[in-house]
Amino acid sequence: MKTICLYFEIHQPVHLKRYRFFDIGTDHYYYDDYENERAITETAERSYIPSLKAMLEMTQMYGKQFKVAFSLSGVAIELLEDYAPEVIELLQELSKTGCVEFLAEPYSHGLSSLANEEVFKEEVLRQCKKIKELFGQTPKVLRNSSLIYSDEIGAQAGEMGFKGMIAEGAKHVLGWKSPHFVYSCAHNPKVSLLLRDYKLSDDISLRFNDSNWSEYPLMSDRYADWIAQLPQEEQVVNIFMELCALGVFQPLSSNILEFLKALPAACKERGIEFATPSEIIGKTKAVAAMDMPEPVSWNDEERDTSCWLGNGMQREAFNKLYQEAGRILACQDRRIKQDWDRIQASNNFRYMTTKPMSVNMIRGFYDSPYDAFTNYMNVLGDFIKRVQDLFPLEVENDELNALYTTIHNQGKEIESREHEIAQLRARLAKLEKAAQKEEPAVKKTPAKKAPAKKAEAKVAAPVEKTEAPKAAPAAKKAPAKKAEPKAAAPAKKVEAKAAPAKKAPAKKAPAKK
Amino acid sequence: MKVLMFGWEFPPKIYGGLAVASYGITKGLSLQGDIETTFCMPKPTGEEEGFLKIVNMSQVPVAWRDVQYDQIKDRMVGHTAEDYYRFRDHIYADFNYMQGLDDMGCIGFAGGYPGNLHDEINNFSIIAGVLARSEEFDLIHAHDWLTYPAGVHAKMVSGKPLCIHVHATDFDRSRGKVNPTVYSIEKNGMDHADCIMCVSELTRQTVINQYHQDPAKCVAMHNAVYPLSEEYTNIPSTRNPKEKVVTYLGRITMQKGPEYFIEAAKRVLDRTHNIRFCFAGSGDMMNAMINLAASYGIADRCHFPGFQRGKQVYECYKRSDVFVMPSVSEPFGIAPLEAMQCGCPSIISKQSGCGEILDNVIKVDYWDIDAMADAMYSLCTNDELWKQLSEEGIKEVDRITWEKVGLRIRECYNQLINRGWFNNDEYLNAVKDIK
Repeated sequence: MKTICLYFEIHQPVHLKRYRFFDIGTDHYYYDDYENERAITETAERSYIPSLKAMLEMTQMYGKQFKVAFSLSGVAIELLEDYAPEVIELLQELSKTGCVEFLAEPYSHGLSSLANEEVFKEEVLRQCKKIKELFGQTPKVLRNSSLIYSDEIGAQAGEMGFKGMIAEGAKHVLGWKSPHFVYSCAHNPKVSLLLRDYKLSDDISLRFNDSNWSEYPLMSDRYADWIAQLPQEEQVVNIFMELCALGVFQPLSSNILEFLKALPAACKERGIEFATPSEIIGKTKAVAAMDMPEPVSWNDEERDTSCWLGNGMQREAFNKLYQEAGRILACQDRRIKQDWDRIQASNNFRYMTTKPMSVNMIRGFYDSPYDAFTNYMNVLGDFIKRVQDLFPLEVENDELNALYTTIHNQGKEIESREHEIAQLRARLAKLEKAAQKEEPAVKKTPAKKAPAKKAEAKVAAPVEKTEAPKAAPAAKKAPAKKAEPKAAAPAKKVEAKAAPAKKAPAKKAPAKK
Repeated sequence: MKVLMFGWEFPPKIYGGLAVASYGITKGLSLQGDIETTFCMPKPTGEEEGFLKIVNMSQVPVAWRDVQYDQIKDRMVGHTAEDYYRFRDHIYADFNYMQGLDDMGCIGFAGGYPGNLHDEINNFSIIAGVLARSEEFDLIHAHDWLTYPAGVHAKMVSGKPLCIHVHATDFDRSRGKVNPTVYSIEKNGMDHADCIMCVSELTRQTVINQYHQDPAKCVAMHNAVYPLSEEYTNIPSTRNPKEKVVTYLGRITMQKGPEYFIEAAKRVLDRTHNIRFCFAGSGDMMNAMINLAASYGIADRCHFPGFQRGKQVYECYKRSDVFVMPSVSEPFGIAPLEAMQCGCPSIISKQSGCGEILDNVIKVDYWDIDAMADAMYSLCTNDELWKQLSEEGIKEVDRITWEKVGLRIRECYNQLINRGWFNNDEYLNAVKDIK
């Protein structure tokens, strides 16, 4: 049975205001509130609300036969909460029907996956938390900003515990292969990949209302026929697009929502079902690993990252932005964190592209790529200055990163150590009880207590010792190795001196490695 | 194809941008091989390049004089003594009443832009009547308003199509307060023209809206720029990474908006200290600008090196990090293209015609001094932006050649000669492949 996986992206950038260089250091508010309100309410009215209402109707009409997936960027959620809460409510209602899956994505809709693993991970987890709060679902499948995917990003998704990712079925990586199968990440076979069928997706999102198109007007029956006529073994059809496609790119007057509403019925007649990404990943095995060493996205004809990082200015802005990642991760200032999310959005880089105008290219209020760059760099200049003011300039970024990871690791380490100590204490208590039972009569109680105290003391000692080599494991590999036999030595002593505490130090030894 | 062309300036004697444009246009046309241009100008030096035929209007007779061949053959500058006799055979009225006739029966010209400019324009037109009767040609092409009456006269006499080239209008020169005499000359020329070539869409709109011309006969014919000569390419660029130079280069006059440059400079200097501003050129507002800079307390960072000529101009571009042209109204403006050839990124006002064919420049409204200051600061502090504009700018400006302009003008000529009238839409359709 063929399966359609329908997915919509919900994202709106926070528009920057005109920010001159003499504002640097005096004005720390970078946004055009009027434009933000206008843009988000207009998009919500023209597209989000009618399409989500239509989908809600569809879940009532078709029940569980209709399935759909969404992903929302964190910045868009914030905008919607502020200006169009109705959209969030509609999504919550949809979520309750059980027909909807929410995917994870970076909070900022930025390019952190290409720059900094730590930032990327933090962002994705933060967005998952937000989704959980709003919709009660924990995302299991990851979608990166603009479907940017590479083997490394896939491997990272696996590390974060995602079962799968969705990506672009770009012709230059697929070659003769079909996007209608589930693939797996080349670096981590546990991460499944769903690849977008750009032809069928663009038929709806780009061409639906194009009267010059040979297939115009497109009807659900014909669309379902195309899917039904695919070869027998091609089972999964991934149709991914922005939610704006319904209503903004293709006006509602084109009856695109009627098309959508009729689609499940037309599919049912032809034995095609709908499923969410995690359902497909759950029941379909990957046929092969998919190599994508270079990042691939769903933007432009090139399907790569050239529309954000194609020219020198874009790369300069990108490098400057992520140079400060260490400081920002370490800081606790909420305003800085929020600005960081907003200025990371990939749209800011898109405005600076010098490529010939492409589909859906909107430059915002900027006249030219140079204008966009100038404005962005002014904002970034002020932002970086604020971040640097938080930490003294002499602190190098590497140092700060090391510091940050140390703090991060220390928390974990303290936790695990406390856990171990509790375990040891319990064991000790047990042994003490056993010893008391064995020799209750004789006066050996004081003799017993002495080795027990010693054991406790010895346990505490190696804990302190191990922390030192752990702080700089890479730089001091040799001393770390040297430290090992030393650390092992007291363990032996404990073994010899106090038989009761025998197992505890033995367990410690592997932890040190 | 034979073209009778009227112009006021031609290199090597250069008064302003008109000479450069006239040279470029005639050179672009000559490259096609089958166009013969007769260029009529008031006072040639005799050192003009030989790819076109020059007619010296100071030596075209309007009154019959019995002069001997031997007497005049060495005095001729531009055309020959044979031409003189041919012209003499076509004197069409008795102009002996005119004052200032010389022994050859010719009216002298001072050249350039003297005080009695209107008389010179009138004389120029009288002589054009002689030329139109004696020369054979298919088309008349008149450059700038000074020669429009001559063009109209030649059209009346010969009945050949007239094409006029609008390098500027009085609306550009006067910020809206037009001189009625000049306006009437311009309007009359445009009314009689079969095709009006404007150096930019901006000028084309002025012609359509202020001179009430039919849009179908107006065409935007953008200027181009000549590749740098070896001598200029080899000027070393001595840019100092520690101290940036922002340059204004042009006449210091109302039309060019020099005060906006000073205002922007002040805003930049309020925030930074490693930028210098170079104010090259001379003009009626120079002293006012020096005073303005002094009153803002930025005179130590503003430099006024005066009028730059020839090689000095290119040395100035090569030394500058940013070139600014804040013109209030600039029909075309060739300077930013020259700066770009030298790898110097440009900031131009949106009211400049050259902006229509340039992508790798920063465009701001001339009155938006905040934006101008921002662009200056950005170019001085962001090396990547500077590099992008500098490198892409050179590539872009290399694609803008007079040869292509020649091809476009040729297309207009073809329409005019083959069927007698011009249509802009058909022209645009025909030249869309010339890129």
